[in-house]
Amino acid sequence: MKEIVVLSGKGGTGKTSIVGSFAALAKDKVLADCDVDAADLHLLLQPVAREKQEFWSGQAAQIDSQKCIQCGLCQEMCRFEAIKDFKVDSVSCEGCGFCAHLCPVQAIALRENMAGHWFISDTRYGPLVHARLGIAQENSGKLVALVRQQARELAEKQGSSLIISDGPPGIGCPVISSLSGASLAVLVTEPTLSGIHDMERVLGVCRHFGVPAMACINKCDSNDYNTYQIVRYCHSQNVEVAAQIPFDNTVTEAMIQGLPVVEYRQNDVSRQINVLWETITGRLTN
Amino acid sequence: MIISIASGKGGTGKTLVATSLALSLKENTRVQLLDCDVEEPNDHIFLKPIISESQAVCIPTPKVDEAKCTYCGRCAEICAYHAIVVFPKTALVFAPLCHGCGACSYLCPEKAISEENREIGVVEWGHSDGIQFVQGRLNVGEAMAVPVIRAVKARTSHDGIAIIDVSPGTSCPVVESVKGSDFCLLVTEPTPFGLNDLALAVETVRMLKIPCGVVVNRAGVGDEKVEEYCRKEDIPILLTIPLDTSIAHLCSQGIPLVEGKPEWKDSFLRLFDAIGEMVNERDCSPKR
Repeated sequence: MKEIVVLSGKGGTGKTSIVGSFAALAKDKVLADCDVDAADLHLLLQPVAREKQEFWSGQAAQIDSQKCIQCGLCQEMCRFEAIKDFKVDSVSCEGCGFCAHLCPVQAIALRENMAGHWFISDTRYGPLVHARLGIAQENSGKLVALVRQQARELAEKQGSSLIISDGPPGIGCPVISSLSGASLAVLVTEPTLSGIHDMERVLGVCRHFGVPAMACINKCDSNDYNTYQIVRYCHSQNVEVAAQIPFDNTVTEAMIQGLPVVEYRQNDVSRQINVLWETITGRLTN
Repeated sequence: MIISIASGKGGTGKTLVATSLALSLKENTRVQLLDCDVEEPNDHIFLKPIISESQAVCIPTPKVDEAKCTYCGRCAEICAYHAIVVFPKTALVFAPLCHGCGACSYLCPEKAISEENREIGVVEWGHSDGIQFVQGRLNVGEAMAVPVIRAVKARTSHDGIAIIDVSPGTSCPVVESVKGSDFCLLVTEPTPFGLNDLALAVETVRMLKIPCGVVVNRAGVGDEKVEEYCRKEDIPILLTIPLDTSIAHLCSQGIPLVEGKPEWKDSFLRLFDAIGEMVNERDCSPKR
């Protein structure tokens, strides 16, 4: 089974619009939205939920004020400054449970946290596994891992050999969780200094976890010099630049219509996305 | 006053707003800019600060002294992150999983566990032409952004204006960055993706009980739904920046908007005045 994950480091480079188009272009696959924090792929694919499950994760301490003798040991020892005035601030609490072990009168218990939901849905392009992390919740890496695992199980069940994942921005915990063990990372970048800086960092993460990468420059005509720099950089790093997609407002128009660009209009944008997709499939079959 | 700049969605223009606001204010007040997007910090590209000092951000990680260890397994049992595994004749520490809570070393019955610092990132500070500058950088391959964010925020100066540039999303790094702000500016773009992620960001700041206002960037690119949403939710739109290829070109070169187009400085000063009024109103309100 092959799994490609679309990443960018920097947000807003067009990952989701490109994944939406891959959904329309790829034949037999399972889709996964690994941006569980601010998921947008559903806006293009309009999924109908087949299954909705709760995501229980992480723990937060809770102090029973009836039992608490206000000795203050928990407050003093908590390294996350999550206990103040003998109350737990659940946003700061990391759920380590140190306080519960320390409490001399067993007034502290840990309770599981309902941290969000995950879904298996049907779309007009095939099944999609996606999730919604609750506001201000931790453990998005764990939820990403769950989404990927469900996508793999689903792909096995229906005999698909490909998973396409829309990745989160950044380089931290959810990115690592969506990347480790994938077959190929597609790095979407844009020709800005921020875009270049962030691509360099996310490429470092791909290398760290041994995942091969290829690049795609979006809005390539918005700064020709920076595009040239990205191409040179990728060349020096042995990373193939599979496509250069020009800036075009049809990407936003398609988004407003809730359609992948390749279905909305035939133009240079959709042609380049086709080229990108062909390069990816060529790389995966080799 | 602490103003954080968040967005839910990435790439909407947080860094543009943060840098231009800081540059517009610096003539009249002490301004500090803290880049809390430690996974992908970008403010330095625009402000080109002179970094004068830096400090490693470390997590205390357990080290087992096998001469004292009896392999009782107590540490493995209490570690909520499964960062220690004890076998009959060896104890293994998986450092990247450790959050540094200290429970294992404190509770080890043999006092066989000490802690050593493991670097996960760095906090750097200096100045950029009158602006105090602080940024954090998470090391590539590390998962935990929050301790680096805490290290950046520990350097917040409480006299003058502190501007915090926040990472995209709504989960723990965002909450850690926004927490404690007097006001949160939410930068969005008028598209369905922008609206979807704005609504999530609004939920987050409301949960933290921080007043907020919106900056609409790339106005004209999409539809009217963001404005409708802000009206319905009673969230003021404090600044609108049009879709303009010349602005996009400045940003792509790492030039702050108010530097490339100084006529925008007034708009950012008005934006700041509006924020100040909203913060004052809240402070004077009898509800609080």
